This record gives sequence, C-alpha cells and structure tokens, in this order.
Amino acid sequence: MTTPRAHAIGPKPSPCRFHQARWDEPIIFEHSVPGARGVLIPELEDGIRERVGSPADALPAGVRRVTPPALPEMAQVNVLRHYTRLSQETLGVDVNIDVGQGTCTMKYSPKINESFARDQRIADLHPLQDESTVQGVLEIMWHLERLLCEISGMDRVTLQPPSGSAAIWTNVSMIRAYHASRGEAEQRDEVITTAFSHPSNAACARTAGYTIITLQPDPVSGRPTLDALKAAVSERTAALLITNPEDTGIYNDEIDEFVRVVHEAGGLACYDQANANGVLGIARAREAGFDLCHFNLHKTFSTPHGCGGPGAGACGVTEALVPFLPSPTVERDGGRFRLDHDRPRSIGKVQPWYGSAPNQVRAYAWIMSLGAEGLRQVAETAVLNNNYLMRQVLAIRGLSAPYAQGERRIEQVRYSWKGLADDTDVHIDHIAARMNDHGGHFWSSHHPFVVPEPMTLEPTESYSMHDLDEHVAMLNAVAEEAYADPDTVRSAPHRSTIHQVDDSWLDDPEQWAVTWRAYLRKHSTPMEASSDEPAD
Amino acid sequence: MNHRPGPTIHPYIPNTIPAVREAMLETVGAASVDELYAAIPAHLRLTRPLDMPAPLSSETELRRHVGGLIDRNTSTRQLVSFLGAGCYDHQVPAVCDEINSRGEFLTAYAGDPYEDHGRFQTLFEFASMMGELLEMDVVSVPTFDGHQAAATALRMAARATGRRRLLVNDHISRDKLSRIADYCEPGLEIVSLPTDATGQVDIDELRSLLDDSVAAVHLDQPSFLGVVETHGAEIVRLVHETGALAVVSVDPSTLGVLAPPATWGVDIVAGDIQPLGIRQHFGGGHGGFIASADDPKLVMEYPTRLFGLTGTSVEGEYGFGDVAYERTSFAVREEGKEWVGTAAGLWGITAGVYLALMGPQGMTELGERMMARTRYTMERMAEIPGVGLPFAGGHHVKEFVVDFNATARTVASINSGLLARGYLGGADLSGTFPDLGQSALYAVTEVRSQAEIDGLVEAIAEVLR
Amino acid sequence: MPDRPSQDVLRLGLIVNPIAGLGGRVGLKGTDGAGMAERALDLGAEPRAAARAATALRRLAEAWPAGQAPPMLICGAGEMGASAAVAASWPHEALGERRTRTTADDTRRLAVALAESVDLLLFAGGDGTARDICEIVTDHLPVLGIPAGVKIQSAVFATSPGAAGEVAARYLATSARRTVEREVLDLDEEAYRAGHVRPRLHGSMRVPRGPRLQSRKSPAPAGDAAAMASIAAEVEGLLEPGRRYILGPGTTTRALALRLGLEKTLVGIDAFEVEADGPRLLIRDAAEADLRDIVRDGPSSIVITPIGGQGFLFGRGNQPISPEVIRVVGRESIIVLATPGKVAELAGRPLLVDTGDETLDRELAGHIRVISGRGERAIVRIESA
Repeated sequence: MTTPRAHAIGPKPSPCRFHQARWDEPIIFEHSVPGARGVLIPELEDGIRERVGSPADALPAGVRRVTPPALPEMAQVNVLRHYTRLSQETLGVDVNIDVGQGTCTMKYSPKINESFARDQRIADLHPLQDESTVQGVLEIMWHLERLLCEISGMDRVTLQPPSGSAAIWTNVSMIRAYHASRGEAEQRDEVITTAFSHPSNAACARTAGYTIITLQPDPVSGRPTLDALKAAVSERTAALLITNPEDTGIYNDEIDEFVRVVHEAGGLACYDQANANGVLGIARAREAGFDLCHFNLHKTFSTPHGCGGPGAGACGVTEALVPFLPSPTVERDGGRFRLDHDRPRSIGKVQPWYGSAPNQVRAYAWIMSLGAEGLRQVAETAVLNNNYLMRQVLAIRGLSAPYAQGERRIEQVRYSWKGLADDTDVHIDHIAARMNDHGGHFWSSHHPFVVPEPMTLEPTESYSMHDLDEHVAMLNAVAEEAYADPDTVRSAPHRSTIHQVDDSWLDDPEQWAVTWRAYLRKHSTPMEASSDEPAD
Repeated sequence: MNHRPGPTIHPYIPNTIPAVREAMLETVGAASVDELYAAIPAHLRLTRPLDMPAPLSSETELRRHVGGLIDRNTSTRQLVSFLGAGCYDHQVPAVCDEINSRGEFLTAYAGDPYEDHGRFQTLFEFASMMGELLEMDVVSVPTFDGHQAAATALRMAARATGRRRLLVNDHISRDKLSRIADYCEPGLEIVSLPTDATGQVDIDELRSLLDDSVAAVHLDQPSFLGVVETHGAEIVRLVHETGALAVVSVDPSTLGVLAPPATWGVDIVAGDIQPLGIRQHFGGGHGGFIASADDPKLVMEYPTRLFGLTGTSVEGEYGFGDVAYERTSFAVREEGKEWVGTAAGLWGITAGVYLALMGPQGMTELGERMMARTRYTMERMAEIPGVGLPFAGGHHVKEFVVDFNATARTVASINSGLLARGYLGGADLSGTFPDLGQSALYAVTEVRSQAEIDGLVEAIAEVLR
Repeated sequence: MPDRPSQDVLRLGLIVNPIAGLGGRVGLKGTDGAGMAERALDLGAEPRAAARAATALRRLAEAWPAGQAPPMLICGAGEMGASAAVAASWPHEALGERRTRTTADDTRRLAVALAESVDLLLFAGGDGTARDICEIVTDHLPVLGIPAGVKIQSAVFATSPGAAGEVAARYLATSARRTVEREVLDLDEEAYRAGHVRPRLHGSMRVPRGPRLQSRKSPAPAGDAAAMASIAAEVEGLLEPGRRYILGPGTTTRALALRLGLEKTLVGIDAFEVEADGPRLLIRDAAEADLRDIVRDGPSSIVITPIGGQGFLFGRGNQPISPEVIRVVGRESIIVLATPGKVAELAGRPLLVDTGDETLDRELAGHIRVISGRGERAIVRIESA
C-alpha cells in the first residue's frame, strides 16, 4: 500500500464539492424548427394507396382534425440531446446516495435485470397472444408467485396491481368482497389503521367508502396500543390495515395480539409490507396471523422507481380469500402454464391485463440471484445500515429521533429537525433544498406532521459504509451551516439546476400553467408594434 | 448447493464484507445483527431459512435460467400481430427506448423540483404536448392506465356536478367497464348507454336516458370496437343541456386525423398513452392521462398531481411546482378522497419523447396511414367468403370487427390456424361481446405492411377452407 | 376573494407592543394587567418586541422579489413600530405620538387607525396583543403575529419573527392572496401565574396562508378550513331528530353550525335541537343553568373540540358545560371533533379533562373516538388533568 506524498494532489473533501448539471434547457417547444422531422413512419405501399385512396378525407367535417397538433418540430438528435440533458438534471439511485426518500426503499436495481425486462420476448408480447407463445413469461409469473408465497407465508399471491397503493386498493376490494360473501358488507363499514402506517391505507379504504379509524401512537413508545385497538374494534370492523415496522422504523412487538383482537371482532387483518425490506426471511405475515398482505416490487424487490412508475404491487392472501383474488390467476397444469379467467367470485381486474410484466421479470431475477441466504443478507444489512446511520445522524446538532428512545429501529427512522428549527428558524424545506447543493435530498413525508419537522431516512442494503458516512457529512454540513449562516441555508439551493422556485403562480388560477399552451395564453405579452419608421 | 468456505460477498450488498460489518456493529454497539432485531419477539420469527432455489449468483447462471425462460416466448417481432383491444403494436422509435433506459430517469422517484428538475420538466412537457394533441390546457401527470383514468374522470365529474348516475357507452372494453364499476362503488350508479346498428351512440336512447340525475356521459373515441363517433358535437350538446358533463376516452394515436374531443365541447378527456412510443410489455406498458379546460372548478377535482411552470429567483430560469397544491381546500370531498400512488412516470416521459419525435406531421401521417391500412385490410377481408364486417359502414382508424359466424368456425380455432401460419389473429370477442357471436377485433397499425396484410387474408382463407 | 382593492403601492401596517415579552425572562409570565410592565422593567427586563419586529422586517426585505416596489410601512410612533422600522432601515410613516409607557388601549387605538388603510397588519406581541387587535379588526383585514410575547397560544402567529417576514413578503408580493381563519387564544394570566394553564378562546382573525412545501409525492390533504367543513358534513349525517346538541366554543364547532345554517357564537356555548324541518337554535352563549334546563328533558349530546395546544376538552373556556350537564348527557353522547392537524399535534398525548369534579374526570378517562373528517375517526385517550 502506498500513500500520496505531501506535495501530491490533496485528498477529496467530505462532503464532496457537488454541483448539479445545469443545462438551462428551454421548454421543448422553444427548440422547434418548422419542417424538422424526428422520426418517419412507413410510407403507404402503392397497392394500398391505389385501392383505398385516403379514407381520412371521407371523415365528415367536425370529425376530421382541422389543424395539425402544434407539437414541436425537431430533428432526432435534438430530441435526444434535450432529453439526455434533462435526465442529467435528475438524480436517481444510479447517481446519488438516495437514502432520503424514506418509506420508498430506494435500492439498487441490477442492470442485468434490465436486459431481461427489455428483451423483445418480454417487451414485445401482446397480452392476448395465444398461451402457447407466452409460456416463458407465464412460468416466471407462476414461480414469482410461489417465491412471494414463501416469503410471506401466504397461500396465494396476485401480481396484478400496478403499484403499492393499487395493491392496497386490491386488498380492500377483496376485504369488501369477503364480507359481502358472508352477508356482512353493510354491517362492516369501518377500517382501522394507525397514524404511522403508510397513508395509502387510509386513502384506499376511504375511497372504497369505509370509515377510517386511526390509532394514535403511544407518546413514549411510538407504537399503537392494544387498548386503543380494543376501543376501536366492534361488529362494524371490516379490517385492520397496518404497516409493521411502521414508517418510524419501530416494530410493533404485539402485532399478533393486534391480529387476534381484530379476528375476535370478526374483522380481517391486512399487512402493508411496504417496509418489508428489513424483515425478509426474518418475520412473515403468516406467523403474525394476517389474512392479507402486500409487497411493493419497486421497493423491496428492487424494480426501479421510474420517476414515479411503472411500479408493481403483489397481494398475498390466505386460503379463505383466494376466491376473491383478481382475475386471471396463473395456473400450472403439468408442464403447461395458463391464465385462469374462470373465477366467478373474483373482484375482477385491477389493471387492464396482468400487471407490470417488466417489473415481475426484474423482481423474479432479483430474488433468484440472491436466494434465501441472500434475502436474509438484504434484510440484515438494511437493518445494520439503518442503525449505523441512526447512530451517526443523532450526533448532528438539532436532530432527534422521537419515540422509543434507546431502542434499535428496523430499516428506517423518522427523524425530527425540530431542535434545529427552534434554534435557528431554519426549517425542513430549507434543509432539504440545501441538501440538493450536496447532491442529496430528503422529502418531508406526510402531512399532518405527527413528528414535527420530519425527515425519514431509509438506507436499504444498497449503500456502503462510506456512502452512509458521506450522507451524514452532508447532513452535518447543512446543520452546522444552519447555526453559523442560516441565510445561506434559507436561500438554497445555490448549486442545483435551478434556484428557489417562485411558487406564487401555482395557486392562482389566473397565472398557473399546467401546459405550455396555458403559459403562452396567460403570460405572453402582445408583441410591441414595430415602428413604421424606416431604419436609417 | 455449493459449499462456500466463507461468507458470501454479495455484489448488490456492499456491506457484506465481514470487516466492514464488524466495524459497523462496533459503531452501533451491538455484538451481532441479531441484537438489532430485539424488537421482534421470538415467536414471530421464522426459525428456518426460506425454502427457495439455490441462488444464481453469477450473471452467467442467472442469464442461463431467466434467459432460458424468456426464450420460451414468441413475440410480436416473430409473429405478425393483428391484436389490439387496448394494447397496440406501434412503431417504437429507438430514442424512446434510449431515454427510458437512462439510469437517471429509470431510478429516480419522487424528488423535489431541485433534485429532479429534469423529471419535472419532462413531465410538464409531456402534459404540454398532450395538451396540443388534445387542444386542452390542463393535462395530468400520468395515471396508471386508460381504464383508471376514465374511472377517475367520471368520479371527478360526479363530484363537480354533485350527481350520482353515469351513462357509459356499451361498446366499451369489458375490463374497463368493470374497473369503472369497481372504482365508482359505492355511491355512483352506472347505466349502460346503448349503441345503434352503426356502432355509434344511439342518440334517441341517450335523449331518453338523460335527466338531471346524470353526472356524466362517457364514450370512447373510437369505440372499443373501432368505430369513430361522428355525432360528438350533438351528443355533447344534449349532455350539457341537462347540466351533465361529457367525458370521452380517446386513443391519442388517432388524433392526427380525428378532431380532438375538446372541439366538440367535451369537458374531461381521458385515455391511455401506451400507443405513444411504449412497447406492449405483455400488458405492462400502460399509462393514463386526464385532461380538461383550465376551469378552476374542474382543476380542483383532479386527484393527481399537476405540474406547473413558474419562474425562480434567477431571471430566465424555469422552475416547476405543484399547481393548486391544497386543492381540497376549495371543495370538500364528501364523496371520499381518491388514492394516488406510483403510476407511470417513465411512460409519461417516453410518450413525451415520442410526441416530440413525431411532431405535427408525424401524427398526421400516422393517423392517415393507419386509416388507409385499416380500410385496405377491411376491403381485403370482405373478399373472403363467409367473413362479415358488421360496422364497415362507419369510419375506422385502426380497429374493426370481423364476423366469422357464417363460417361456422370459432374465432379460437381460426386464430389457432393463423398462429400455425405465423399470424396473431384479432382479439376474440365471443366471450366479452356474446351478442356478436364468433367475432374478432382486428387492429392494423402503421407497422403492418401490405405484404403482411395480404398474407393474413390468404391465411384466413386457407384456414377457412 | 381579494381582501381589498389593489392599490398602486402596497401598504403594510405594523404594531409593536413594546412591553410584550417583558415578563418572560423575569418570571412574571406575561404583562397583562395594570402595573405588570413596570414591575418587569423594575426587575430588569429588557424590551425585545422591537428587535423581533425588526428581524421580521429585515427578512421581509430579503424575501421581497427584486424589481417589485416594496410595500409602504405605516406603523406606530417610537417603540410602537417606528424604532423597529429604523432598526431595519425601512422607510415608514409613523402614526400617533411617541409614548414612554404604553397600554392595551394604545394597541387598540393604533389598530383602529391602521385597519382601514393597510393590506396586511403585522403585530409584534403575544396572546394579549392578539386579543386586543382581534377586538378591533374585522374579517376584511389580514393580520399576522410576530411572536414576541411570553404566551403564544394563538394560531395567528408565525413560527418565528423571520418566518413572519417571509410569510408577509410572500403574501403581499403575489396576486393570489389566500388567508385562513385562525383562533385567538389567551390564558387567564392570573391563573397562569398561579401555575394553571387555562386557554380561553377569544375570537378569530384571518392570517395569510403559510408557505408550503414542494417535496411530497402526492397532493396535500385538506387545509384546516376544508378539514372543518369535512367534519361538519360528517356530523350533520349523524344528527338525530329530536335530540338536543350543546355546541362548545371554537372554529371547528362553528363550522358545523355554519353548515346547519345556525348562527353560532365563536367563544360561547350554544345549543340546538334537530326538529322535523331541520336544526333550530335553542340558545346562544348559554350559561350553566341554561344548559341544565336543555339536557333535562330528552336526549342530548355535547359537541366539543379541544382548545389550544394542550388538548383540553373540558374545563378550559367551556366551564358552563358543568359536571352536572356532562353527567346527564353521559360519556357516550359526547361528540369530540378535531381536525387531522390538531390530532397530529397531540402526537399521541391524551386529551385532558378538568371538569372540577375529580370523580367525573376519572369516569371520562379512557379512549374515545374523535371525528376528524368525513368518514374519519381517531382513537384518542382522555385523561384527568
């Protein structure tokens, strides 16, 4: 091993001297050059043209489009460059240490799995092709279901929901169908959840018409209490929808008791496993007694988040709920795989076809590459990373982790910047913006804030110790700066693609602009009349 | 299972190096990782390893297995496909695949307007280009798919009007109808709006069904069975007379030739963006959109995010943010909230790339050429004895129904014969539209050549022989 | 709705209560009441309200968009505003005479002078100052408090002086001005000095809506006004014909009255009965004896919302709902309302009851369903204070 000599190039600072890409890209319409073409489509053969002419010309007035759409006109390379530059002005897991989007499990999506998902024998399959031509993808779906059954302990799993929220919606629909099948749909009109469960649980159940009953955290342990649950359950209880560990990273150690209390009242227990990453191979829905559960393949099982989708959800159920699973299911008859549409009690489809096939393929490949031991390593490392990060983060001035003092957390922690805000009048939106100047960020979770000035960090298994140290260095630098030079933090970002957004238009119907055409209509000034005076 | 001398160092898990683990455990003050799980009681722990196949640790092993499974599929690149029914084999420009493969876009999520300025701009541009195609000023960020977009648009209309009945055209995808029904339960009543013999909305039936309890009327343009609605303006006038809203689901790939529903006065337009540069993905390539005029009353009803353009503290800089963020403060949602989640951001970006590549000329040519290829296919099909075209009198852009009842053959058996000859015949309607008997829905996009169409016609004739 | 016709030059009012905050550092818990300010000054208290107002003005200037004409500042003379303006180097117009000792009357007089002529009124003080201004201004004038007093219970204050400057700049610099109604609370200082926290609701004012965050992945939940309307819609659906309802004080219960078409007092206890043709107001601003009469004949309920950050349910500002009244109504007929924001603020802490009857307090203890919106309940614990 060698060490650089004193006069050699100095070491890299920590945090690094980040600067975000800044291309000052115009809005795409401003690139338009009349007549330019980005792509051509096949010409009509003479045989077609001669036989049918132009059927579009036969469309009646009012049915035929009069003016071509005012889309930009661009050469191909200009389109490519525009979007490539905009991609550079976006930070994903491939680029930064993405631990700040806590609850989202921003882990590495292996590149080899991309090649599977993008193989034309997946990407160019039509969902109505004859089953004999899609045996491979059906087999992948069938096997993935079995793997997720083993991971959850449930009897069957559907891969159809296109996201985690859609999976919750699917579970709620199955709960409704289950109670309806027993003649109790009217009577059971309440769903219980907790303040730190993922908020989609309440939103989905509410959309389905249920009254939502939210259990509040114990002010010391941060956990929902059995007493509160007992006060909530009744003959009107349809289900408990609960996340565990909750979004605080705190594990509910009485979870099986919760399930028992709900079962005694005749309700179903549904496990939101959005935070499953820390308990893979450690604890399962089955052992805690749950009737339903769901995973997010784009969180726990590594499929990429795609700037907000396509995601993929998977719902697991016990035998009693199997008849209500979305249709079709994938079945195996000997060596053949088929789609079973003949499911009279099914809640129907929750996606136009069978879910997000590319993500199912990626998740399958990811699990197969890790196996049982690898999944356990994922969980253990996610938990180790989280507790390591928490130890470092809590040394930062002005930061705390409310509830469950002295306890370990599972795979994430909801921290509070309240101390720093009280001391410096610098708040989470300022801190988050300043983190952008270091190539990091966090998002401020969900309103209303039960934890004041919240920040949720979820380091997953994908980041090295050095990555975590670097992230802590960023947070620490921003915190120290908030004390020493709060105005710099409040006026951030300074080294990002753009500077502080003026949001004054965004709530004003006279000024907001959701599209370029609306912007031009509302904010263009008429061209100044040109002077009639001849030049010179 | 292979015996390994030491712990596995996983390439995806940096901190599996024993020395690093030790150092980290020391920092957290734990003797083992197991200590960190102290909160999980023993009786809830899994006491055995998960039962699953041995890991395929190297890329070679993984590719051998997964690649082997993928190889058992035969795609629409090897087969000549006339399948549509909501998922289409259109030309996908290489730049679309290039951009949606970029790691920055692929692996970003929900960052703020500073971290992910590029994401905000691309999605604003997506909405803006869709706005031009639709001639509407407000377009949502992508929703899950066209089915959900239609369901959401109808819920919006119900909230905006305070009414509870929805008239839904009956030539609609059965899956879409079931999705609407599921999403609008409880509270909203769905009434079927009949179609006349031409495959268009039955105006007399519409008139008799409309009253002041109707919140909205929904129809597809073109209909699920491929027929272009030509009485749009009249339908919208009748709908508006009763104070209801007109909601139309449109296939955006047809809008180079078809007048955007906004020109008939439609209030909310929904649809699916899969035709815009996104592969079929076995049905996993969908994204939806919802659009309307810039009427604050409707804007306040969008459950999705709307990205707005604005300035920053620096002159000449574009910034973005959520428009009407506290939307619900305008109107109390007594009918309950809607849930939003991870939908189809990457497909929205892709559709934006597609529209920028196609431009006005590309979209116009796309529509015109699909119409010509479709009409050509219909005329050739009509030459086959026993094959009928029930709605041939109407206008079709890319889909039409073929009636095989007179051949005494099932669509299934015909399609099976076609498959043997390398063709994917049209979608079998016998289960979903039993009134049509043995009929199939054929789709002809811009990529189907004359040779392929002629080949299909020959193959059908052969199969029927 | 625009709050007032736009003028060429924006006008910002400023009232500084120079004696606000004096009591805190010297342990006097507030300066309300004759002679308290002098006592504080004698004890060595240093005035800080002007400095805090200056901080707000400086931040307002920093946050003001370049190229836009800054607002004209109209303020009290001397310590009532002008000295803060000078400290912040902000040109200003001072009203009234410079005084060495000021009282609540001076605050009120200045508020009267400013109320008709400014686009936004900033004031530096505490709950007492807010109360004084609340007596003067109407719904038409948006007001924002710069926290400078000892007691800050009211929701009309920004989180800090700097935040007040930012919120004011944001509000004045944009054309889309949104305000929200916020409660003005004050503690009974006599009781407070004796160690009792007793928030009382005094009224409400309209304040600029605060800054928002951009970084969430889904639309925000309803704001407070929408949450209250949502609660009102829910409760309306639960009302039973023939039953009498006692309405406690607060904006949340008033939103219910509004929905029912009843004109409710904000700080008083009112009651209504659901009759065949709808709800009918029985009494406004009821005394304890009135409530006892009301609950005596026939089924009745109490509709109540916790007041202030401590989460008091009974015994603070709603004393006419006496132990006797509560006993007749019964625990199962107590309907508790709280917006999701209020529930979140509790962060799991219990709601407190101090009815004056310890046995009743113990009987009321335990979990209760709080109505937090249309189809939304929170399970919250009640504890004896």
